[in-house]
This record gives sequence, C-alpha cells and structure tokens, in this order.
Amino acid sequence: MIQRLSRRDLMRGSLLGAAAFGVPAILAGCGNPAERGAAAPATGAAARGVVTLGSNASDEVPKKALDTVIKAFTSNDLKINTVDHNTFQENINRYLRGTPDDVFTWFAGYRMQFFAEQGLAVDISDVWQEIGADYTPAFKAASTGSDGKQYFLPFTYYPWAVFYRKSLWQEKGYEVPATLDEFTALARKMKADGLSPVAFADKDGWPAMGTFDILNMRANGYDFHVSLMAGKETWTDPRVKQVFDLWRGLLEHHQEAPLGRTWQEAAQSLQQKKTGMYLLGMFVAQQFPESDRDDLDFFTFPEINPQFGTDSIDAPIDGYMVSAKAKNVAGAKALVKHFAQAASQNVATSLDPGTLAASSKADTGGYSALQKRGAELVSGAAHIAQFLDRDTRPDFASTVMIPAFQRFIGKPDDIDALLRDVEAQKANIFR
Amino acid sequence: MSQKARRYSARDRALLIAGLGVVITLNAALIWGPTLASVVLSATDWNGISEIRWLGGENYHDLAAEYPPFWTAVRNNVLWLGFLGLLATPFGLFCAVLLDRRLALSRVYQSALYLPVVLSLAVVGFIAQLVYSADYGVLNAVTGMRTDWLGDSSINIWVVMVAAGWRHVGYVMIIYLAGLKAVDPALKEAAAIDGATETQAFFRVVFPTLRPVNVIVLVITVIEALRAFDIVYAINKGRNGLELLSVLVTENIVGEASRIGFGSAIAVVLLVIALGFIVTYLTQIFREDR
Repeated sequence: MIQRLSRRDLMRGSLLGAAAFGVPAILAGCGNPAERGAAAPATGAAARGVVTLGSNASDEVPKKALDTVIKAFTSNDLKINTVDHNTFQENINRYLRGTPDDVFTWFAGYRMQFFAEQGLAVDISDVWQEIGADYTPAFKAASTGSDGKQYFLPFTYYPWAVFYRKSLWQEKGYEVPATLDEFTALARKMKADGLSPVAFADKDGWPAMGTFDILNMRANGYDFHVSLMAGKETWTDPRVKQVFDLWRGLLEHHQEAPLGRTWQEAAQSLQQKKTGMYLLGMFVAQQFPESDRDDLDFFTFPEINPQFGTDSIDAPIDGYMVSAKAKNVAGAKALVKHFAQAASQNVATSLDPGTLAASSKADTGGYSALQKRGAELVSGAAHIAQFLDRDTRPDFASTVMIPAFQRFIGKPDDIDALLRDVEAQKANIFR
Repeated sequence: MSQKARRYSARDRALLIAGLGVVITLNAALIWGPTLASVVLSATDWNGISEIRWLGGENYHDLAAEYPPFWTAVRNNVLWLGFLGLLATPFGLFCAVLLDRRLALSRVYQSALYLPVVLSLAVVGFIAQLVYSADYGVLNAVTGMRTDWLGDSSINIWVVMVAAGWRHVGYVMIIYLAGLKAVDPALKEAAAIDGATETQAFFRVVFPTLRPVNVIVLVITVIEALRAFDIVYAINKGRNGLELLSVLVTENIVGEASRIGFGSAIAVVLLVIALGFIVTYLTQIFREDR
C-alpha cells in the first residue's frame, strides 16, 4: 500500500513534515490507568503519564478521524506525532530503533510479525484477553506474532473486490458471475457492447498485486498463498505457473496499456462507464463524486477451484502497536484499549467512508450501503489476506515483485523465464 | 607544485595545519567516510536492523546475474549519456549558433528555449505525463495515435529522454551563447577574408576558441546523465523500462526494503562509473597545467 498512499499524498499535496518529536513521558510508577479510575488516590504518586502516539494519518480524512477518536481518550495526556504516510513507512526501521512513540500505527500480518520478531514491539496479549471477544478469529490471527502472542490491535480495514456501476449493469442486463467461465463470458459480452471489460492500471506497480493475490487464493487456496508469501514455496512451482497462465488468459479482457495508467485513471474510467468492472480496494470510491457513490457496488472475485470456492479475500487491516521502547507501557496499553472500543471505531468509519470497523461489536447501523456490503463480504470470508506487500517481506515486494508483475504485463508469454528470475531473487532475499 | 620546500614559521605551520586540517577532516567525514562505508557495506547483507553478515562479492554476483533491473538500468544510463552527449548537446550548440546570428525575434526563441531550464526535472516529469499519457495525453489526442508512450517499456525511455533533452538543450544553448558572444568578431572576419566558408570558419576557427566552454558543457552533460533520477521517479518511480542506477540505489536502500548491502553494491557500481569520468577529466586538466 505504500505506493497508493504516497501517490494520494502527492495528489493532495498534504506533505506534513514530522511534527515535534515526542516529549519524554513523565513516568511515575503508575499502574494500569484503566484501573486507576477505581483506586485513584490510593496510589498517590500516580501522575497522569503522557502517552505518545506516532501516527501516519497525514491525509486530511484519516487525520480528522483520528483526531476525533482520541478526543474521547481521557485517562492519560496524549501527544500525537503525525508524519507523512509514506515517510512514516519508509523510516519505520530507523524510527523503531531510535526514539519511537509509545504507540504507533502499523499493519497486520507479516509486516507486524517482522517487527515483533526483531523485538521491537511489546506483547499485548493481556489487552487481548480483555478485548478478544470483540474480534473474529481471523482478526486475532492477523494480530498474532509467530510466537503465538498478540502484538497488534486491529482498528479499521477495507476489502478488495470487483467494483461496478449498478446503473450500467442494469441497463445492459449484466449479472454477477459466480465462476471464472461466467466471468470471461461476461467480459466478452461487455466487449461486444463496446466497453473495455476490466479496468486495469499498474503504473504504480502495486495494483497488480491485488490481481495476483486473488487469482492465487482462488486457484491454490489461502494456505498456499501465505506459504508462498513467506518464502516457503518455490515460484517455479506448477501451481504458481498456473496462476500466471490464468492471468494471461484474462489479460485480453483487461483495459489496454495498463502500465501507463494510474489506478485513479482506471477508477475514473469505471465511473465514466467506459469500463465494466474493476478489481480494487474499497478506496476506489474516492474517485467517485458523492452523487455517484450509491451507484457503486461490488462482488467478490468468482470461484476458480471449487475446493476453495470464494473463501479468501484481501482485506488489509490498519491498527496500532506498542513499541518496545515505550516509556509509558501502561498508558500505551490504555490507549490501545481505547482504539479497541467499538465506539472509537464507529467514529472513524463514519468520518472515513472507505474503511470498516475491525471490531465485531461495532455498530454497523451508520454504515453507508457500500460499507454494509463490505462488512458482509468480510464476515463471510474464512481467510483474510493482507495484500501482497503486507504479507511478504517489504524488500521482496518492492524490489522483486513489482518489476516482475510489470514485466509479465508487458510480455505475458514469457512466464517460465520470469518465474525462474523471481525464484533466484527470492533465494537471495529469504536467505 | 614542484617548488622546493620553503621554510615556514611556526605560525604559518599552525595556520596551515588548522586550515588544511579542517578541510581534510570535513572531506574525510563527509565524502570519503560514507564512500568507504558504502564499499564495505556492499559486501554485507545488512538491512539496518539485523546483525551484519559478510557475503563477500555475492551481492555483485546477484546484481549481475539475478537482478533483471540492473542491466536495464546500466543500459539506460548509457543511453541517457549518449542521448544527451550526441544529440541534445550538439542541438543546443546548433541553437546557440543560430541565435548568435541575431535572427528576427531571437530574444523570443532564446526565452522559449531557455524556459524549461528553470523547471526542475521532477516538474518536467509531470509535464511529460501530460503530453505522453495514453488516455489523456496531448500527443495521442492531437495525433489520434493510441500508443502507450510511458507504459510500453520498449519506447518509454526514448520519450522520457526527449523530455529530459528538452531541458538540457536550453541549458547547453545558454552556455554556448555566452561563449559565442565572447568570441572576437575579428577572428571571423579574418577567416572570411582568407576565403573560408561559413562552415569552415565555424569548425576551424570559432569552435576551437570555445574550448573552455566545451569542457564545461561536457562535464555538465556527464553529471546530468549520471544523476538523472527525478524525471523517471516522477513518472513511474523508475520502473518498467525507466530503471536508472540512481533509482535502483534509492529503491533498495531508502524505504522499507532496507536492502542496504545490496543497494550499496549498486551505489559502488555507480561510483566506479563516475570515477571513470572524473579521473579522465582530471588527468586532462592536470596535463594542460603542465
């Protein structure tokens, strides 16, 4: 997701410099602030410790959402350091080893496990014992490190699906495809109607990851996908080759010249009814004017292998972690618990319509039609993947997979050589 | 340089040591230190967090044998140098010669050609997208073509070099124009009296007197070619046919990837290429001094 957000940041020109660095927390040996409410005066010295929060919510909408959410956090004084989204991500290594804030925004899955393994995050299993019932097992799994402890608190997420305009589909009499054959048949029909069937853009390099993820999970299942992402399978495996073969077959139905197009342009072509459907994250709605948003609907990518059906989707989760160098761990955990509350997440999702609340206790009554459908889709999925660049090593995703996918899209017939190259580079990175 | 050692007073010596010392320290700390660090790191697989593990020359092997973007980047850097050196620079000279002849409206042409120079290459990159974009670009709209200029990896480097050349021509032109104004008109007159044609007068008389300007232009061209980065980064982050060595260094080291060892190896390759030019240039200069 790095690329998407950086792009968005650029577009909005909202480059916020790193704000003032964290004021050292005034540490008194205070206990858990949540308990303090009951036994407050007894501990005497327990001053209101300052909690610092490192936030990458530099975009206008997420920033406003976060500001509103933390207004309700009163047990500690809070200091937010907002850093430009892209900068935050690029500097995460140095940040966590330097003087990180107590709590910081991060992503679930492999990217979280990577830092947990390096000992850069605090185990928050105790928080999970209190709030665990509010989350589905899939969310808990996405928050769990390789040692079985929880290091992450899911806050919001958004699913990937195939988006389309209801009005166009009604007018032309298209129906949601349930299998790959129906999908290609639909694409042919769209082409006959003068549409470019599947909108596609990969100039930024990352959107094609979404296509690969879904094809791999549909064809080979979630377990294989995760294992492949973790570097445990070979890329020259016939199963991987099959995914690329499938993809090559579908490419003819995709919009031409994707490598020169941004996802924003592709989304606009969907909005302008020049293309029939578009596999993307729910943020596709950003490119739709307010008046057209109710016309936007989606379906999950159709079944390829009946053994797996449509049991997995990409739905990247954003959330919070406590840094190992936190000066006020108790306060940090209190803040994390605040983020776990359904009420906090509801505030965020009402302000940022491209996201869904992670907590199962969250009130979905205030959701837009699209958000409601998104929540249904995710609750029906047995497995939730985090998107390729969050499910594997960041160096592998950015320096190997992005060039590989672009090469494939440019020359789809050269699959064997491509996969040999990917495998050779994988061996160098996962050593 | 080769003078006999003089006697320096204690005060002179102290001054020399202090003066030179500061420069040498800064030089070592800011230039040679990081350079050596890159060379050392290029033999490791450091990622910024982990223990440093020695790999010897393995990074270089991986680069050359198993990292497809590397050779594309080398090719593109060479193309870039060739394009600027053999096409854009001579064209800039050509424009300067024409403008030097005081054509009607020469001020207008001069401004038009010089205008892009005030833009940063990143901005040129954004302008290039407005021109070349397959869906909304001016070029396809005007010509009715449907070419994916920036997405097709076999042509995008060429159109991007044209955009970079657009800026380079103006830069070179203004330098040559200044040089041409300084050429003594009497030389041209003398050549004309001796019966030289206009072309002969330019290549035999005027061009040789421009030698100092030529050296400056050459150095600028090489520097521009090696440091090219922002234009391709603005267009597509320097991927899919627009790879350059400078981009690969950034891509691997900066950012979450943090392949510091591997990225350093690419940086060392770039350093060696740059050193090749620097050494050639310096030997030329020193030879003349003697």
